[in-house]
Amino acid sequence: MTVAADRVTTSLEAAPVPREPSPLAAWFSDGWITTRRNLIKIKRVPDVLVFTTLQPIMFVLLFSYVYSGSIQIPGSDYKEFIMAGIFAQTVVFGATWSGYATAQDIRDGIIDRFRTLPMRPSAVLVGRTNGDLLINSISMVVMILTGLVVGWRVRSSLLEGLAGVVLLLAFAYALSWVMVFIGLSVRSPEVINNVSFIVLFPLTFISNAFVPSENLPTPLRIFAEWNPVSALVLAARQLFGNVPPGMQVGDTWTMQNPVQAVLIGIAVLLAVFVPLSVWRFGRIGSRA
Amino acid sequence: MAFLEAEDLRVTYHPRKAPVVKALDGLSLDVPQGTVFGLLGPNGAGKSTTVKVLTTLIRADSGRARIDGIDVREDPEEIRRRIGVAGQYAAVDENLTALENLDMVGRLYHLSRTDSKRRAEELVALFDLGEAKSRPVKGFSGGMRRRIDLACALVISPAVLFLDEPTTGLDPRSRLGMWDVIESLASAGTTVLLTTQYLEEADRLADDIAVIDRGQVIARGTADELKARVGGRRIQLTLVSADDLPAAVAALQRVGTGAPDVSGDGRAASVTVAEGAPALAEVLAELARQGIELHDAGMQRPTLDDVFLRLTGHAAEDGEADETEGRKGS
Repeated sequence: MTVAADRVTTSLEAAPVPREPSPLAAWFSDGWITTRRNLIKIKRVPDVLVFTTLQPIMFVLLFSYVYSGSIQIPGSDYKEFIMAGIFAQTVVFGATWSGYATAQDIRDGIIDRFRTLPMRPSAVLVGRTNGDLLINSISMVVMILTGLVVGWRVRSSLLEGLAGVVLLLAFAYALSWVMVFIGLSVRSPEVINNVSFIVLFPLTFISNAFVPSENLPTPLRIFAEWNPVSALVLAARQLFGNVPPGMQVGDTWTMQNPVQAVLIGIAVLLAVFVPLSVWRFGRIGSRA
Repeated sequence: MAFLEAEDLRVTYHPRKAPVVKALDGLSLDVPQGTVFGLLGPNGAGKSTTVKVLTTLIRADSGRARIDGIDVREDPEEIRRRIGVAGQYAAVDENLTALENLDMVGRLYHLSRTDSKRRAEELVALFDLGEAKSRPVKGFSGGMRRRIDLACALVISPAVLFLDEPTTGLDPRSRLGMWDVIESLASAGTTVLLTTQYLEEADRLADDIAVIDRGQVIARGTADELKARVGGRRIQLTLVSADDLPAAVAALQRVGTGAPDVSGDGRAASVTVAEGAPALAEVLAELARQGIELHDAGMQRPTLDDVFLRLTGHAAEDGEADETEGRKGS
């Protein structure tokens, strides 16, 4: 390959000069550009999307047809009971992707490229979490449709049902920021998978997601009643009108006020992990 | 005042369960505008750390650095608006096409939508990527990736272009291609700071070279000046028969300023001498007297390898602190 010197000269003279947009305009522009990058990736590498849609379909079918015959929920159908649990489990695990992809971007060096450009540092992370919100939203739609096919129904109102979906996605979005922070802090993307396995499996399974917490042995019951995933599941279950009549949900404040608890949880996670992640982003590479 | 200057930069890494690493230990540089400056050193010498400090990726513990009068630590964003960075890891998004990568970088420099698109098209044409411009980078060869990476650094006309080991890992043909591009950029008046562990690369591209080792500049000058510091010339002999090697080494020993080196196959030997021509004549006369047949005999100026060995006491390939200077410094 040869590049003629005069062509390079002409090209450099013709190079555009960067503008200096207002901070707010720059932030929105940077956020959109990095979001778009992640959307293109979803389109071009459909593995993630396939996994995040096929897995929930399998879970819905598995629990609806394999377990529903054996697990009796007094006063309710197991299919109706389980659906909020599957939704919550899926979006909680979906948030892991944010951490994995962030760690992968660091390894690939693309984060260093971003950090040498005059962009808002937080925009990279906003782009990441936005892209993952979209993936989680698609998973939700797929699960809702599959759920409706197997006989799940929202027993409250359409509005409350929507509120439940929004709450699940908002919680997942907040969790994405936690995962982004972890992704910025670990040495390799593989660590994220281990962390999520060790932390998220107990959180989702020692909860009221798949069985009523009242039947659990006492130590596990106490854990389940304080478990934030339980609050999320119960909040969604209430909003969907899927709580079996007479079910003992637990005496903790989080179980008595699950929607408020989840909203507070979302606010706290965002208030802590958005600034923490942005701070961490600025310090990548300053450790050995 | 130099266009790019760094004074007494110090960076210390504190790896877990390992001794503290002084990646930069009082490094100072000054690069005049419109020149190509080569930072030469082995793995772990502090080249990448220097580039990371100057490109705002990490902060130095102490010392200061300025580009065009702007302080790197105090106003990193103003620095980022003016620099272009291309690195050994070819930091482009694999899933985006060449055009999409360039457009993304353009938009993040806050070029307008149309400027960014037009510039992306110009650069793929300039870098001979026209046919591949709409394919994801994933399928590109190593040389093409480096070109797209370099193109990303030229979306604007950078005040300083940083090239961190631009040809590491490239095949010889791609390396020559990359050298051509960098030479074109240099002749177009771009200020370039180049790091390399290839002595030949610094020799060919850089106007001025700083040899760094263990986080410090240990020598500074043009390639010729550095070679002159080693002094003298090198005499090389290639024998027809390896049996004659002891006699040849003995002849070289008599004229050399140090011990002769013997090459791998046992038929070539060389030595550094103070005065080239008389020494070569003497060696040739001695070998002719003994009836020793030669394939080749010659005299050459010392290479930068010799310079490095002389200055540091160890060879340039010596990567003892390798692990301290990875991608994230991990």
